[in-house]
Amino acid sequence: METILSLEGVSKMYQSAGNTLTVLDHISFSVDAGSTLAIVGPSGSGKTTLLGLCAGLDRSSSGSIYLHNIRLDELSEDRRAQVRNLYVGFIFQNFQLLPTLTALENVMVPLELRGEKNIRLRAVDLLNKVGLADRGHHYPAQLSGGEQQRVSLARAFSNKPQILFADEPTGNLDAETSEKIVKLIFDLNKEAGTTLILVTHDHELASKTGRIIRLKGGKMVSDEQTIAAQVE
Amino acid sequence: MEESFENNRTIENKGLQFPWLIKMAWRDSRRNRSRLFLFVSSVILGIAALVAIYSLSNNLRQEIDKQAASLIGADLEITSNKPVSPALKGLIDSLGDRRSEERRFASMVYFPKGGGTRLIQVRALQGEFPYYGDLETNPVVVARTFRNEQQALVDQTLMMQFNATVGDSIKVGNVTFRIAGILISAPGQTGFSASVAPVVYIPLKFLKQTGLEQKGSNIGYRFYYKYDRPINIRQLTAGIEPRLEKEGLNYDTVESQKEDTARSFSDVTRFLSLVGFIALLLGCIGVASAIHIYVREKINSIAVLRCLGAKASQSFLIYLIQIVGIGLVGSVIGAALGSVIQQFLPVVLKDFLPIKIANNISWTAIGTGVLLGLIISILFALLPLVSIRNVSPLNTLRLSLQSTNLFKDPIKWLVYLLIVLFIFIFSSFQLKNWKQSVSFTIGVIVAFLILAGIASLLMWLVRRFFPSSWSYLWRQGLANLYRPNNQTSILIVSIGLGTAFICILFFIQTILLNRVTLSAGGNQPNIVLFDIQTSQKQDLLELAQKQGLPLNQTVPIVNMRLEAVNNITASTLQKDSSIKIQRWIFGREYRVTFRDTLSSSEKITKGKWIGKAGNPSEPVYVSLEERFANRNQIEVGDSMIFNVQGTVMPVVVGSLRQVDWNRVQTNFLVLFPTGVLEDAPQFHVLMTRVSSAAVSARFQQAVVKQFPNVSIIDLSLVLSILDQILSKIGFVIRFMAGFSIITGLVVLIASVVISKYQRMQESVLLRTLGANRRQILAITALEYFFLGAFAAFTGILLALAAGWGLAHYTFDTTFTPQLLPILVVFILICLLTVIIGLMNSRVVLIKSPLEILRQEV
Ligand SMILES: Nc1ncnc2c1ncn2[C@@H]1O[C@H](COP(=O)(O)OP(=O)(O)OP(=O)(O)O)[C@@H](O)[C@H]1O
Ligand SMILES: [Mg+2]
Repeated sequence: METILSLEGVSKMYQSAGNTLTVLDHISFSVDAGSTLAIVGPSGSGKTTLLGLCAGLDRSSSGSIYLHNIRLDELSEDRRAQVRNLYVGFIFQNFQLLPTLTALENVMVPLELRGEKNIRLRAVDLLNKVGLADRGHHYPAQLSGGEQQRVSLARAFSNKPQILFADEPTGNLDAETSEKIVKLIFDLNKEAGTTLILVTHDHELASKTGRIIRLKGGKMVSDEQTIAAQVE
Repeated sequence: MEESFENNRTIENKGLQFPWLIKMAWRDSRRNRSRLFLFVSSVILGIAALVAIYSLSNNLRQEIDKQAASLIGADLEITSNKPVSPALKGLIDSLGDRRSEERRFASMVYFPKGGGTRLIQVRALQGEFPYYGDLETNPVVVARTFRNEQQALVDQTLMMQFNATVGDSIKVGNVTFRIAGILISAPGQTGFSASVAPVVYIPLKFLKQTGLEQKGSNIGYRFYYKYDRPINIRQLTAGIEPRLEKEGLNYDTVESQKEDTARSFSDVTRFLSLVGFIALLLGCIGVASAIHIYVREKINSIAVLRCLGAKASQSFLIYLIQIVGIGLVGSVIGAALGSVIQQFLPVVLKDFLPIKIANNISWTAIGTGVLLGLIISILFALLPLVSIRNVSPLNTLRLSLQSTNLFKDPIKWLVYLLIVLFIFIFSSFQLKNWKQSVSFTIGVIVAFLILAGIASLLMWLVRRFFPSSWSYLWRQGLANLYRPNNQTSILIVSIGLGTAFICILFFIQTILLNRVTLSAGGNQPNIVLFDIQTSQKQDLLELAQKQGLPLNQTVPIVNMRLEAVNNITASTLQKDSSIKIQRWIFGREYRVTFRDTLSSSEKITKGKWIGKAGNPSEPVYVSLEERFANRNQIEVGDSMIFNVQGTVMPVVVGSLRQVDWNRVQTNFLVLFPTGVLEDAPQFHVLMTRVSSAAVSARFQQAVVKQFPNVSIIDLSLVLSILDQILSKIGFVIRFMAGFSIITGLVVLIASVVISKYQRMQESVLLRTLGANRRQILAITALEYFFLGAFAAFTGILLALAAGWGLAHYTFDTTFTPQLLPILVVFILICLLTVIIGLMNSRVVLIKSPLEILRQEV
């Protein structure tokens, strides 16, 4: 199988007040295209940091990260932005919709950034898929948390990403809404053949993925296939 | 795989996608437009002030060009203060195709009907002058016809004062003239010059009969020339100049008149421009601080955009486009407002100007204003905007407290440099003096640094000596000053600079107003008699004594001209522009007195006062007024050569003297010792005090009857006119300064209002946690009070320093700031900051926390 993401000895250090804080310590793994992966671990273990590095939002202190065979840590911020726009989708715990744009416009932004034309229909179609076709003209402040997360899902899939990163996508939602969102994520994921990497505290959600990487104190302590993977 | 990325480069090469950026800017602004508008409110006022002033000066310049010919009334005018010598007579009579002649002098006139007398300026005219424009009279026709008969034109203020009507008579010297008409205005006259020295025109051919010709050197001779064929006046005047200059004659042409008028008018507009400039600078501060806070709020949106793949330059441009748009709108509104204000400026200024100005809309002024508004909006917004480029997409995952390091971003330095350059270029454009511009620019930079330093110091102090034992509200209010996302620096700098500018303007205003305030009253003399001949002195003193008036000594006055200072003459000055002597000191007539003691209003500051001249072989030591000497860099020991009506008189500067000009007294620039000028042609001045208008009228009538050549100035009349003038000047100063002060207040208000978004979220959280209304108000009030107090205090200190510097170096006077107004300003600024701060948190208190939390998503 093709590898879409691979990390080799990635470390992340923070300097503060003269001290060096090692947040990630020599992490190496690779991810097959189209697979699903959960990163779990106690709070402060470095999950978000790791996700940020994989997605090219930040630079590692050492080691190398390849996304789609492009070495991220050698690119400039603008080039990484380019890579993100082309291959990466995001879902955040706190949704991160642009407050001044309507739901529909939020979904359109990644496509517009690519300079594509005739995107309105596609955006409406995506909103339709997440069940919000009639809320397109509403601003984020006029939507509930679950609705906002659905809009952000639609946005994440709008550029047909090869890999989707989600940082605790259900962390801010109630159980019932969470379930809907999770279902949507996995459905859309399967439909588009996207690779999914998510960070979560939710064991049930983690167990739905094919592989679980466990972090503790910045170190990878385990990396195991799940039952879900064996079922597949 | 690498390949597919390469393929996609084609997409990247689509560049910035400008149309999309504009679309995004437009979308993003939708929910912020009222706030964006607040950002430029200060620009609006600044541009308005500037456009108003530019329009005025453009209109003035145009009108001067248009009306210059009628200001002088002829192609060429030659003036002399003594009869033309036979040597020049030929030249004087040969110039021009048509010529007129006029003599001017001060004299008393007498209205037989009401018995009134007053000092006026007599103009005895012959010929068709003016050739351009007209003597404005009522009835119109008499402007031309009065010259043929024994008739006079009398200034309208004079007619009003003595209740005279056309057809009445007026006595000038020994001749009674019929009043042919009312003189409304003479060429080149301002409203003020008319009320200070009202004019009466008589035909020149009756001058001899009046018996006033004996006034000798106090008569001004004027010759007006008109050329019917086209002629190169410049060439002509260049040819005759040496001969005229040698005999002490001056000339004026339409061209030189234009320059003079424009120059004297530029003094008027300089203050106005400075005020406009300060208003604009305040606007700049407003822009910078508002955008700073705006950008800070936008960080999350920017991070999301970056996450989705927007380039740094793209996210930067989205907000830059917003600023350009709103800056343009603000500038256009400002320019429109300025054009409206401009309609009122001529009304305010009309008494100062020798010409009528139209209220034409000046498109150049509007264009300049809009362009400037745009430039400053962009330039000052750039400072906060460039940090957008450094917003990391990581902010979407975790709020990072990034303080973009100034030293690491060269672009930021470039923007700072551009701003400094802008301030310098623009101020030199306004002040027309690069030295002043350099000090101004440095002053602004220093003020900025001091305020920024004070802000850091404040934060450090509060953190270091945090009063942990104080109540929660105090601690929270204080802690707000240094906690992450604090607004201390930006508010202290903007409030501080705003306060400093407001105070400086206020100080300048006080300095200017103080300078023009005259003290009259008490037992000071209120009537001055001058042009008293030596032979009349005794009789006049007796007359005054008979009327029971208190007498001061008569003061002898000798007219003289200055020919050279340390061998520098008017012509060396013309060749060498590096000499620091003002040219006018050679052209003018000096009224000089001589005595052996100093008066009570004089004080020697340098050198020694010598009251009696020694024997003829020793040099004559004179005393100069201190500021006159300083301005022309004349020192004790320097030599000067005076020309006392034909006799050359070399002297040495023996001392410099301080003179209190505010006292009603005969004060002199040059003071001679006794023993030199006793035999020179001279006249005398007598001062006395009359107790009432009736006594004054009786005395004046008696003097005019017996001594027609003696002139009387009724100081109470002059003072009341001066008072009117001064209150008008005061009004103009206050009007313009008020404009800047209002801009400053708007900037303050805008900065504080905008800062509300910083604290909103937090107040809501506190409220959710159970803080009551009072507690939230108290925390907010405390934070804003600290900010306002520190900023205002520092600003006032800066203003005091600047005010002292200005008083000392620019206005050449002492600086005595009054404590009370400063205290009032301080309290007002503090109050204003706190009140607006509280109004900000009102939103938090009225609406439900949920509503606000949702809106802020
Ligand atoms: N800018 C920074 N400077 C210093 N330390 C940092 C910085 N950013 C993160 N850290 C530290 O790195 C560690 C890992 O943070 P991270 O956000 O990745 O944890 P996490 O596993 O996502 O935790 P959670 O489950 O609570 O979200 C934390 O201990 C955090 O304090
Ligand atoms: Mg996390």
